[in-house]
Amino acid sequence: MFFHQLRAEQKLFWRSRELAFFTFLLPILFFLLLGSAYGDEEIDGVNGYTYLLAGMLGYGAASTTFAGLALLLVIRRESGVLKRLRTTPLSSPTYISAVLASIILIFMLEAAILVALGRIAFDVPLPESILSLVIVLLLGAGSFAALGIALAALIRSAEGSSAVVNALYLPISFISGAFFSQDAFPEVLRVVGEILPLSHLIVLCRDVMIHGDRVWNQLDDVAVVVVWGVAGLIVALRRFRWEPRER
Amino acid sequence: MDAVDVTNLRKSYDGVEAVRGIDFDIRAGEVFGLLGPNGAGKTTTLEILVGHRTRDAGEVRVLGSDPQRADRSWRGRIGVVPQSGELFPNLTVREHLELFAGYYEEPRSPHDVLRLVGLDQKADARTRTLSGGQKRRLDLGVALIGDPELIFLDEPTTGFDPSARRAAWETIRSLRSLGKTVLLTTHYIEEAQQLADRVAVLRRGEIVASGTPADLIARAPATVIRYRLNGEEVSFQTEDPTRALHELTGEALRDGFNLEALEVHRATLEDVYLELTEEEPQ
Repeated sequence: MFFHQLRAEQKLFWRSRELAFFTFLLPILFFLLLGSAYGDEEIDGVNGYTYLLAGMLGYGAASTTFAGLALLLVIRRESGVLKRLRTTPLSSPTYISAVLASIILIFMLEAAILVALGRIAFDVPLPESILSLVIVLLLGAGSFAALGIALAALIRSAEGSSAVVNALYLPISFISGAFFSQDAFPEVLRVVGEILPLSHLIVLCRDVMIHGDRVWNQLDDVAVVVVWGVAGLIVALRRFRWEPRER
Repeated sequence: MDAVDVTNLRKSYDGVEAVRGIDFDIRAGEVFGLLGPNGAGKTTTLEILVGHRTRDAGEVRVLGSDPQRADRSWRGRIGVVPQSGELFPNLTVREHLELFAGYYEEPRSPHDVLRLVGLDQKADARTRTLSGGQKRRLDLGVALIGDPELIFLDEPTTGFDPSARRAAWETIRSLRSLGKTVLLTTHYIEEAQQLADRVAVLRRGEIVASGTPADLIARAPATVIRYRLNGEEVSFQTEDPTRALHELTGEALRDGFNLEALEVHRATLEDVYLELTEEEPQ
């Protein structure tokens, strides 16, 4: 039943063009645009393309597994689909794990496309330890997926949901240095960025991609991402609802 | 064994009692109608029976289990058509049936269900392109795909035009002939009369009458006489229609006035229902 649902989730994602565009395609487009614009400069003393690719991998995690998942769950809850699924023998753990597996799979595909594009279009070398990169990406995807479910639980209606989600993840991506170096940012933005998990995920990506670091040598950044993920999980478990808001 | 057994069921929301101690049972194989105006507690009752809501007090048995503690195999034996709610706009009709079929141990074939709900011509249409009535039929198809024993229909024909309603009634009748048990909520008297073997009339969270439609009508022995006089609608009930009519028409002939649109009929379920659910003046 898990694979039955996973297949259905894939079909559902790719058929909802808007969701697929904003959460899947946009990071890829941004990478191509920003890369063409200033990838050949050095950013923070390193190759601009590689620097941008790491930022786009983090931004992709936020847009797909955080924003995309939150929107998808709010829409399904408020349209009554989740409630209806509850009257079938499909169990909640099976359903949730299929939804998570589907969105993480989509993000990993997106990441693979980003890395391949970097290699082909901008000559970005593959990281020394691909295993480390995969672990970092899975870690980020899992943490942001938990936060996405938590956000879905906190959003009360479908009407304003995309505005709320965009108002959160776009500034977060910006502050966390997904698009530009944080060096030019005022102090307060850098402090806020330091607290958020995305900046640490991007730092992890850069360490692995640029400096050839291994993920197990960067446990302080890993810890921040994990703590946020656990916090998201707690909120998700306590607040997640299957029923739409009462009319 | 009864398919559904409800004893002294109570439910409040924020101190307002939506269901105030109701009792009823549904026998296996019958179509049972919960009839009542909006806000009478029909949907609350149904949602407790399918396990969406918890009850405050009372006993509920559905297919031998308490819905609050029911497991997956129990959910495989019921089918629910909710009052509102969408499915997936980007899946086709057939894909919905295939998706939901995958949740059940022994589903019906999507092909059969398409025919049963009359959507075989629309099998490959995306759901968002369907009309309201077609979406409602898909709701029913999704509820039937698991081949349930007991089907809950929450206002299945609200918003239908008369011909679509009649078509839906045919489908619901065919469920009974398949041996299914059906709980139907409705505020259409005619629907209850057409479909239900037995009816319970809900008013403000209480059952004010129950029995077969014929039983309920028999409880109001009166005959209704109705006519228009100078454009005003006049109607009254009488135990002695022969005498009443004689006096009325005699008076009309003598004084030379005309009883427009005069009709005499036995009390219908509608008359009984209106009397039972009439709100006291506030």
